[in-house]
Amino acid sequence: MSQKYPYFIARDRAWQPAQYTPRYKTSVSRSPRQALVSIQNASPSERSGPVFDGLELGQYDNDLLMNFRTEGSAAGMPVGERIIMHGRVIDQFGKPVPNTLVEMWQANAGGKYRHKKDGYLAALDPSFGGVGRCITDADGRYRFRTVRPGPYPWPNDINTWRPAHIHVSVMGPSISTRLITQMYFEGDPLIPLCPIVQVLKDPDAVETMIARLDMAMSKPMDCLAYRFDIVVRGALQTYFEE
Amino acid sequence: MYSQYKLQDETGLLRETASQTAGPFVHIGLALEIAGFESRADEIWQDLAKEGAEGEHIELVGRVYDGNGDLVRDALIEIWQADSQGNYIANFDNKQPFSGFGRSACAVDGDFHFNTIKPGQVDFDGKPMAPHINIAVFARGINIHLQTRAYFDDEQAANDDCPILNGIPSDVRRQTLIAVKEAGEGKPRYRFDIYLQGEGETVFFDF
Ligand SMILES: [Fe+3]
Repeated sequence: MSQKYPYFIARDRAWQPAQYTPRYKTSVSRSPRQALVSIQNASPSERSGPVFDGLELGQYDNDLLMNFRTEGSAAGMPVGERIIMHGRVIDQFGKPVPNTLVEMWQANAGGKYRHKKDGYLAALDPSFGGVGRCITDADGRYRFRTVRPGPYPWPNDINTWRPAHIHVSVMGPSISTRLITQMYFEGDPLIPLCPIVQVLKDPDAVETMIARLDMAMSKPMDCLAYRFDIVVRGALQTYFEE
Repeated sequence: MYSQYKLQDETGLLRETASQTAGPFVHIGLALEIAGFESRADEIWQDLAKEGAEGEHIELVGRVYDGNGDLVRDALIEIWQADSQGNYIANFDNKQPFSGFGRSACAVDGDFHFNTIKPGQVDFDGKPMAPHINIAVFARGINIHLQTRAYFDDEQAANDDCPILNGIPSDVRRQTLIAVKEAGEGKPRYRFDIYLQGEGETVFFDF
């Protein structure tokens, strides 16, 4: 029984960030010096990948307003600007990527992560964890409810601040389409100052990470919405196997 | 409405979303226990093979070193591998004895740890590839994840014939992909240390 796996459009390494980006200081000692070895003819190992239909998601796994809610507290809702974060996962041909795993994590409204190692002086929110996951529907749509994270300082230059961002992980149909990125918010003045954003040379590449305010999907008297579409590598329809 | 996916290249293809580092707090999203969270009902983690999984049960461990020789303790490792028959089982399911995908982190003792089975040979255009495990490395300071493969030092003959291993021009660098068997607890343990930079730098693939 031989399985057929699609081929994927090559990843554009000039569009994606380089590994060695000295303005982002940590990359200096963690970037390979040797060239990547190109697998010219991808094998089934590269072209296959896991699907997560069998992963049992909890009722609130995509609802960060609810999934760390403090029991017994009066309101028990996280502090911050309530938002819907939503969009589609599509491939480079514009084809939806259904049934794929989208995961996200973020700081709270004060810019503090619920992580043992986060020493920032902003307060933890007892009602906010900061992790979500969901599976895209048949049209490639995903959706989270959360709060807008705060910016936070980090040690790079003397005074460096991350723009508000949500870390986003997407699997896609193959390990070839695997991608981790960060979603930023349109209009944030910290975006052009950020050494991590600026690892990208092409301003259009930065645009692919900026979510747009989406009033149509917002809920009156409840929450705003931001739209963030994710494009993964295109699966070729024609198989070139003999 | 402007949508950021309208960006196209000269041929009309949409541009792939840009990658960013997973950052130091990746565990919140992808390795919850390490961040200090309780696990959810069902998690993607480091035990790919449970009791009853067919094949030779093994441990795969390793650490990640930066260019200074310091441990990269905030690294997150993902693996994807075939079953003992050399077939990729796409369905991830913790209720099954074996799933081909897993995650681990280097935050506890510096090593990542996987309990899995030794994969069989995967067929590639009629030729067998030596048993291997596909690995992706994510960490603070890594702008786009690094992709590599772990082979096994007790599969010399298969390794010598593997088309992917033989595609690596340097004999010396090819050796960076061979996991080394060491004394384990009960079952064979293979060590695959990853060197991000400098002497002994691991081969990373583009595919
Ligand atoms: Fe962050």
